[in-house]
Amino acid sequence: MSNNPDLDLDYVANLARLALSDTEKTGFSGQLADILRYMDKLRQVDVTGIEPMAHASPVFNVWEADVARPGLPVEAALRNAPAQRQNLIVVPKVVE
Amino acid sequence: MADDLIFQPAARLAAQLAAGKISAVELLQACLARTRAVDGRVKAFNSFDEAGALALARQSDERRAAGQARGPLDGLPVGLKDVIAVEGQPLTCSSKMLANFVSPYDATVTAKLKAAGAIPFGRLNMDEFAMGSSTENSAFGPTANPWDLTRVPGGSSGGSAAAVAAGELPLTLGSDTGGSIRQPAALCGIVGLKPTYGLVSRYGLAAFASSLDQIGPLAHTVEDAALLLGAIAGHDPRDSTSFKAGVPDYRAALAARKGPWRLGVPREFFGAGLDLEVGAAVRQAVEFYRQQGCEIREVSLPLAAEYAVAAYYLIATAEASSNLARYDGIRYGHRSAAAKDAIDIYTKSRAEGFGPEVKRRIILGTHVLSSGYYDAYYLRAQKVRTLIRNEFAAVLRDCDALLSPTSPVPAFRLGEKSADPLAMYLTDIYTISVNLAGLPGISIPCGFTGAGLPVGLQLIGRPFDEAGLLALARAYESAHDWHTKHPIL
Repeated sequence: MSNNPDLDLDYVANLARLALSDTEKTGFSGQLADILRYMDKLRQVDVTGIEPMAHASPVFNVWEADVARPGLPVEAALRNAPAQRQNLIVVPKVVE
Repeated sequence: MADDLIFQPAARLAAQLAAGKISAVELLQACLARTRAVDGRVKAFNSFDEAGALALARQSDERRAAGQARGPLDGLPVGLKDVIAVEGQPLTCSSKMLANFVSPYDATVTAKLKAAGAIPFGRLNMDEFAMGSSTENSAFGPTANPWDLTRVPGGSSGGSAAAVAAGELPLTLGSDTGGSIRQPAALCGIVGLKPTYGLVSRYGLAAFASSLDQIGPLAHTVEDAALLLGAIAGHDPRDSTSFKAGVPDYRAALAARKGPWRLGVPREFFGAGLDLEVGAAVRQAVEFYRQQGCEIREVSLPLAAEYAVAAYYLIATAEASSNLARYDGIRYGHRSAAAKDAIDIYTKSRAEGFGPEVKRRIILGTHVLSSGYYDAYYLRAQKVRTLIRNEFAAVLRDCDALLSPTSPVPAFRLGEKSADPLAMYLTDIYTISVNLAGLPGISIPCGFTGAGLPVGLQLIGRPFDEAGLLALARAYESAHDWHTKHPIL
């Protein structure tokens, strides 16, 4: 964290599997630098010995009985598939 | 006939239905007529299924005729933010990514509404994937504030708030991750409640930031919000964060719970950045409670006031970057026609399907979770969150509830903040810490600015004390008439 947060847009966009246009990159780099500079204020807080908090629910370790239940019917599960054939989702070949 | 039903509180409509003075079909037709008359300007709706809703209204009338009405919600139309699943209906999240998505199942809140006889009606506009504070980040275009069509309705549940404020629907549901129910309720002059984290199931709510998201009601009155909350609250085995607690009769509690209350006023929530007219209206509301015999204590929430926005936007974007990884163009959602291989499907489908704010947040969230930055950003934000929660817990030991403005400013102009994401984030400054701490919060109307824009009072309660919070809000509402004022459209 510094005044010029080294956010490597190409590197992060690849991690996020998100293609960015040159216009988006130009716009985002300035905006995200502003936002990260604002986030820097968290460095002022003394967090020594403080446990991180994942959520505010008083619920932990929810166990459920291992009982089979009906799931979505195949037609319903495939209803929104961009491409399908024989009850399967069609994608381009991933192994040559 | 139809005009008489517009702007009526849901509780009164329920009484008219029960007394046989109106039918569910008549009520729905009044809502449809009003929507046709004003929604071309307000743009609260992404879509609605008129035939499907009329069929449900007819079933409600038949049940009632047979003496089998299911309770006060039977026959009342309830609008849903376009992020809550209704089987067989579109679910777009106001995103091109889900332009053609049709829900294969009901959200738990939807199933509960149907079981209560309510009529889920309409898909209401929102900021894309609930990311925003103005409903301008929508692939359908912005919703307008019914009080001034050149201004934003707030967000992200802007359609849900505007539909009620414009008299299109008596009740709606929204979702609130950092203020997305309370802030639009404030800017549109209606009641909006964010329940305690864990009170309402999120099964069937498209996820934004799972440690913060809650579904809640928007309505004309506190009683209506109590009515709707009672129908959707309760444990759900399908949401592992939902809490196993009984659901009290919130409506009955309105009269049963009486003050005087001990109320905290966080001094930092009245500091720099607060609009003068908003501050004055909220201070008058505080004065009202004092005159009612409540003990008013000035309290201090320095960490919440100073660091909540920074902690929130690290945590929320981190969770969003993970949650939105599911939109990969494979199983559902937009798939790029230009994609040649698997990686191409991911990167291009996401590039084409997501709007700018969603992309900005995915990038930010991915960055703060990435190797080398996780400890400095995400982990630190989670620790600051603990401190903020502790700070609220400490003041709520001595106070029954806290009073503050909901939004630092009244409705701003469309386009005013859309080029400056950080300025937009800072409009959530009084609501965001409530989500971080997991507390219930409600916004109720407490006045108007000189320009005629509504002002909201935020009341923050103890975890799972919605009954107390609603009773406290009702005490103010019953002595004021802000909620009876409506925009002229």
